[in-house]
Amino acid sequence: MLEIENLTVSIEGNVLLEDINLHIAMGETHMLFGENGSGKTSLLMAIMGIGKYKVESGRIIYKGEDITRMPAYERARKGIGIMFQRPPTIRGLKVEQILEIIEHNGEDPEKLAAELNFTDFLDRDLNLGFSGGEIKRAEILQLLAQDPDLVLLDEPESGVDLVNINVIGNAIRKLLQKDKHRKREKSGLIITHSGFILDYVEADRGCVLANKTIWCAGNPHELIEGIREHGYHECLTCERAQEFQEHPDDP
Amino acid sequence: MPDAKRKAEEAKGKAARYGPDIDLGQYTVDTPAYPEQELDKIDVVDEKRLLDAGVDISGNERSGSFIQVDSSVLHAAPTQEGIEVMSTRKALDEYPWLAEYLWNLVPVDTDKYTARAELDFQDGYFVRALPGARSVFPVQACLYLKAEDVSQNVHNIIIAEEGSELHIITGCATDSPESRGLHIGVSEFYIKKNARITFSMIHNWAANVAVRPRSAIRIEEGGVFINNYVSLHPVESLQLYPGAYLVGRGATARFNSILLAPPGSHLDVGSKAVLSAPGCRCEMIARALSTGGYIAARGLLVGEVEGIKAHLECRGMILKGDGEIHAIPELDGKVAGVDMSHEAAVGKIAAEEVEYLMARGLTEEEAVSTIVRGFMHVDIEGLPPVLKEQIDHAIELSEESLF
Repeated sequence: MLEIENLTVSIEGNVLLEDINLHIAMGETHMLFGENGSGKTSLLMAIMGIGKYKVESGRIIYKGEDITRMPAYERARKGIGIMFQRPPTIRGLKVEQILEIIEHNGEDPEKLAAELNFTDFLDRDLNLGFSGGEIKRAEILQLLAQDPDLVLLDEPESGVDLVNINVIGNAIRKLLQKDKHRKREKSGLIITHSGFILDYVEADRGCVLANKTIWCAGNPHELIEGIREHGYHECLTCERAQEFQEHPDDP
Repeated sequence: MPDAKRKAEEAKGKAARYGPDIDLGQYTVDTPAYPEQELDKIDVVDEKRLLDAGVDISGNERSGSFIQVDSSVLHAAPTQEGIEVMSTRKALDEYPWLAEYLWNLVPVDTDKYTARAELDFQDGYFVRALPGARSVFPVQACLYLKAEDVSQNVHNIIIAEEGSELHIITGCATDSPESRGLHIGVSEFYIKKNARITFSMIHNWAANVAVRPRSAIRIEEGGVFINNYVSLHPVESLQLYPGAYLVGRGATARFNSILLAPPGSHLDVGSKAVLSAPGCRCEMIARALSTGGYIAARGLLVGEVEGIKAHLECRGMILKGDGEIHAIPELDGKVAGVDMSHEAAVGKIAAEEVEYLMARGLTEEEAVSTIVRGFMHVDIEGLPPVLKEQIDHAIELSEESLF
C-alpha cells in the first residue's frame, strides 16, 4: 500500500526527517511513537502532500505509484485520508457541507453522524467552538465519509473523554476494517502518545521516531510498554534499536 | 418657497461626510419617459440583470412589484391584500398625511445628494403593510438605470403599521455593465409597534456608476428591522450609512452587509444605530472582501439608556492585489448599564485552511472558493427562503470574479 524510500523532508530549509524508510502492506496498521517534536506529524503531512513540507530527497510510493510530487487533493482522490491533530476552523462552512463536497463513498452523512453522536453538529461551522473531543469526532466523521484506503491519524485519542474514546475507537476499527479478518484492504498509520488506541485497534507494527528518522520498530505493545517504563531517552541507547538499525527488514 | 425646497437649495453644494465627492453637473436629469406597463410585458429592461439583483418580472412568489426605469415608474402594484405598493408621487396625492413622513428621518439638507433628491425629485416607491397584515412573499422594488450619464433621484417611503410584517427585496441594476450614471435613493422606514420589516437590497450596478443611498429607520416598541445589503459587483463609488433609531422599548435592528470590491471599486459602507429605549437590541455584521478595490466598513452603535445590548462584527479579507479594507467600528455608550461590544478582523485567506481542504480532495481553486463562500455566508434568522436564495445566488455569481 505505502512504500517510503529514503525520504528526507524539510520546512523552510530545516530538515525535520532524514532518510525515512517505511513499508505498510495492504490491510496493515502501523503505530508511530516518538517524543513531542520528533517529526511524527511532519511524516504524516509529507505523506499527505501538505505544501510546506518539502521532500528534499527520496520517494513516496502509494499503490505502486510515485506520488512524491503529487498535490494533496490528488492523493486524497486516490484514497489517502488524514485526521489532523489541530484542524483549522472554517467559518461559514457547515459540517454537513464539507461532508458533501469531500471525496466520499456515498454513505449517508446523517447516518454516519449518528454513529458518532454528532448529528447536532451537522449545521455548525466546522470546528468553531468545538471541544477537543468534538474536533476528533468531526475529523473521524469526514474520514468515514471519505472512506480512504490509507488512513493517517494524528493522535486520535488526545483530548477525548472516556465515553467518546470508545466511539472514536470503534469508528477507527470500522475505517480500518478491523472486524474483517480476511482480505482487509485498508491500511493505517497512527500517531499515538498514550497508546490507548491500541485497546481498540490491533496494530501490526510500531515505529519510534527519533533523531529525525525511524529509530526503532517492532511489536507495538512491547514498544509502548518500554516507552512507558523507561521513556524515550532509553530508546536512544536501547539494544533493540541498535538491532533494528542493523537489520531494519527483520520482522 | 416651502421649507424643504429652501433647505435643499442651501445644501446643494454640500459635500457628504464620507465617500469621494461627486460633481453632480456630470449627470443629467433629463431622460426619456416610458409608459406604464404590465409587469410581465415590461420590455425596456434586461431581465437577466434584474434577476441577478433579485427582481423577477414574472412576479412569481412576490407580494407586489415596483419597477422604475430612470425617472419613469413602469409598474407599481401589490398582489396581496393588506399590502400597498405605489409610486411615491401617487401616494403623496392619495394620502395627504404622508407629507409628514417625507424628510422626517433623513434631513433634506444632509448633503448635496439629499438636496438633489428634493430639487430634482423623480419619484420612488411607497410600500406599506396595513395594521396586522403580513406579506407572504417579499415585495420587490427595482430601480434601474437605462439612459447614459443620468442621475436617478428617488425618494422611498416604507411603512409597517402596527403588528404588520413586510419583506422587501430591492434590486438595483444598470442596463449594461458599461453604463455610466448616478443613483441617489432616499429611503425612510417607519416600523410601528410590534411590526417587522426585512429589507434586502442587492446591488448589481456597473463599474462606472456612483451610488449614494440615504436611509433612516424609526423603530417603535417591539418592532424589528432586518437589513441585508449585498454588493458583489463592480461599482465606481458607493457610499451609504443608514441610521436606525430604536425609540420604543424592546426594538431590534440587525444589519448584515456582504461586500465585494473588485479593482477600481470604492465602497464606503456603514450603518449607525441609536438605541434609546430599554431592552433595545442591535447587531451589525459585515463581511468585506477585496479583490483589489477599497472598502471602508463603518459601524456606530450609540447606547443612550440602561439595559440596551448591541454588538458589531466586521470581518474583512483581502484576497489579492493591493486591495484595502478599512474597518471602523465605533461604540458610544452614553450612560452606565449599557452592554456594547465589537470585533473586527482584517486578514488574508489562511493557507492552513486551503491545505486542509486540499487534503480532503479539493483543488486549490475549489478550496479557496469554498472558504470565501463560507466567509461571505451570514446566518440570517427569519429570512424568507426566497430572499435567502437571492442572496446565495448573488454570492455564487460573484465567485467567478475571484480568480
